[in-house]
Amino acid sequence: MKNTISFRVADFLKNYPPFNELTIDELQDLSTQISIIYKEKDAKIFSENDPQHPHFYIIHKGAISLRKKPKNNIVDICDEGDIFGLRPLIANENYKMDAVAHEESILYAIPIDIFKPYAKNNREVGNFLIESFASNTRNPYSKSHRGTLYGESGGTEPFNPSAELLDLQPVKYTKNIISCSPNTQAKQVAATMTLKNVGAILVVENKLPIGIITDKDLRNKIVSGKLPITAPAHQIMTTPVITYPKKLTITQAQMAMIKSSISHLCITKDGTPNSKAIGILSKHDVMVAVGNNPTVLIKAIKRAKRTKEIKQIRKGITMLLTGYLEQNIPMTLISKIISELNDTCIKQVIKISLSKIETPPPVNFTWLSLGSQGRSEQLLQTDQDNALIFEDVADSKLDETRNYFLKLASQVTKRLNVIGYEFCPAEMMASNPSWCLSLSEWKTNVNNWITNPGPDEVLLSSIFFDFNITYGKPELASNLSDYIFETVKNYPNFFLHLASGALQNPSPTSFFRQFLVEQDGAHKDFFDVKRRALMPLTDAARVLILSHSIKYINNTTERFEKLAELEPNNVEIFMAGSYAYKALLKFRTRQGLAHNDSGRYISLDKLSKEEKIKLKRTFKTIKEMQDLIYIRFNVSNLLR
Amino acid sequence: MIDFFKKKESNLPDFWKNYEATFSKNAIENIEDITFVVLDTETTGLDYYTDRMLCIGALKLHKNVIKIDSTFEIFIKQEHYNRETAQIHGILKNGKTERITELEAIKLFLVYLENSIIIAHHAHFDITIFNKALHRNNLPKLKNKVLDTSTLYKKTLIKSNLLNRKEHYSLDELTDKFNISKKDRHTALGDAYITAIAFLKILNKLKEKKKLTVQQLLRLG
Repeated sequence: MKNTISFRVADFLKNYPPFNELTIDELQDLSTQISIIYKEKDAKIFSENDPQHPHFYIIHKGAISLRKKPKNNIVDICDEGDIFGLRPLIANENYKMDAVAHEESILYAIPIDIFKPYAKNNREVGNFLIESFASNTRNPYSKSHRGTLYGESGGTEPFNPSAELLDLQPVKYTKNIISCSPNTQAKQVAATMTLKNVGAILVVENKLPIGIITDKDLRNKIVSGKLPITAPAHQIMTTPVITYPKKLTITQAQMAMIKSSISHLCITKDGTPNSKAIGILSKHDVMVAVGNNPTVLIKAIKRAKRTKEIKQIRKGITMLLTGYLEQNIPMTLISKIISELNDTCIKQVIKISLSKIETPPPVNFTWLSLGSQGRSEQLLQTDQDNALIFEDVADSKLDETRNYFLKLASQVTKRLNVIGYEFCPAEMMASNPSWCLSLSEWKTNVNNWITNPGPDEVLLSSIFFDFNITYGKPELASNLSDYIFETVKNYPNFFLHLASGALQNPSPTSFFRQFLVEQDGAHKDFFDVKRRALMPLTDAARVLILSHSIKYINNTTERFEKLAELEPNNVEIFMAGSYAYKALLKFRTRQGLAHNDSGRYISLDKLSKEEKIKLKRTFKTIKEMQDLIYIRFNVSNLLR
Repeated sequence: MIDFFKKKESNLPDFWKNYEATFSKNAIENIEDITFVVLDTETTGLDYYTDRMLCIGALKLHKNVIKIDSTFEIFIKQEHYNRETAQIHGILKNGKTERITELEAIKLFLVYLENSIIIAHHAHFDITIFNKALHRNNLPKLKNKVLDTSTLYKKTLIKSNLLNRKEHYSLDELTDKFNISKKDRHTALGDAYITAIAFLKILNKLKEKKKLTVQQLLRLG
């Protein structure tokens, strides 16, 4: 029975191979037989050696990881539109891998019996099946860029075992060709390249590639003065173009570029210059494919035009992080680099969102990242906390202005959610009208929080000491933060409340020095490393550094280091605080990477004895730090 | 008086008796084993007395799976018509889609529904308007247990003074929170699908807090 949902499914399938080869009618018929399956994160779809299911799967939303026993290595991560679990059905064998929901996912299950006749009657679909039979994992046309890990030490058990198969992997090229005609003037060529943010433009005549112009050509031929700025493209271009067919592997591409010492290859339909150009492959594309390094990633993020592209790049960031941790690179450096990358992602998301709104912002604004991202300590993607300040406007314009920014913010937060940042459960987000305010509104709020400090107010104001300006006019934020510091000076009592807030978090160990674990809920018997260990240190560092009136140091470890400098007699404890924080952060990040979550809850029985001792050592520092705050701010006055 | 009721009882048509008979089965304890029917109706308006159902869309949810060939979508012939709401649901008074009478629709839906637990967004509305239709056709009210995704969603929110909780959350708000595509919004089956996905996500969040039995779930929603 065709109905609204089957149409919806057909509408999705038509975008992905091999379904794109079927007619809409065929797809709609097929869709009536499909089941929609919801899988929560970490749910199994099938396990190694399970007998075949009567259907194969295509991912509608989310991601599925294919894992291989005995070490549970991730062999592949399939994304939206990818097919998995097809090969065993054709080869008539049991499943060779585990399939587990890497994120919360929605799958379409397609019955193989219903699908097979289509494969028989349609050559393209049949070929697809044969190719997926040949490839071990999944969709043979899938173009995920898998590559070598950053400095995988000695090639031990790779996180990404397909790395050694680089020679076999098809390379991902840019399908969106930027081209010009042979008569386009150099000036125009340069303008187009700038607009499209590319380093090379293809010169085409009758759809055939006849030459290519790169930045280098412009430099050598125009800027050097050899040719006038009005020179036509055919005089500047490098010709002939080096062309290749689309089934080019990464290794082939690298070799081709080295051999001809060029930075761009043209992909044509049959691989010769006499057929239609279908794509361009740049050195940059190859670099993205083979190695994840921060510069390449930043460049890739800045070029992204769609949220989905950023989501892909984020995988590279995760791989980079894994590599860094494996190499034991100092935590301070790791968090700097990763935070910078995260920050670039958010910036690009805001840029994309701005470009999707018809009108430019009515006044200046600042996008603030709060919480761990604000302190440059966010290594894994956790909740998004953000706020927006806009310039003061006349009262009559206030609603209109706020509505504009709320609209912008709701687009941004939604996109951030798509790339992996959960919505803040307390709605501490710029899309919430209470977090999207004009500068004077913010000042009024902050003033209230500081002068009437209750527990909520302390929490709220503490947020504004840990922010990072992600986008927009920094003056607005610094104006607000100056105001906060001025106000705080007149209310010394505020520090007392902040200090007592810093002592609120539950202690990590019991009287008998046992770990205190969660009492109920889904995380029962897990250790909450964020609330019990990281937050007490963050809070401590904040109140201590503020009491010294130090601004603009937001990072917890840097705050401790500064404190050590300011109070030579307390060097030991502050350096210990800095060290403990780094150790805990690393611990949490490792946990998060291993379980693809925020790493906040740790299962104690999975820890080695050595790890437990390491953890406990940091607890001693936490305890000492809390004692210091207790005495220094005379918190006993408030508590009793 | 008592006699009168008895008489009425025995006069109930067979399809109703068959529907009732499905409730004699034992209650299921495990959420995994339950079949939910996710329901949405498109109506001529929001007034229980004058407005009528134009379309019933429903799907079955069992072990987190929705089978497309066991979804339910019917259009109903009605005398009453309202131009304004037609702009929302797009169902014309004499459109091309095949329509059946209200009684026919009730029969088909009861066979489909059986003793499943009903899930709907602002369920009270859909259930009441369906019960009014039953009443017009001299039938008793629905006997199914009902869950409301609007109420359930509120149970997933954290308890924090910083959060402004609302009395009601619309289906649109839920699609935003859970990033569900708004495609086919305001068609009965499309909304039923969105409600089903939202329900699964809510259930996932609730389970994160605590292990749930069917009884506990019914108490929440």
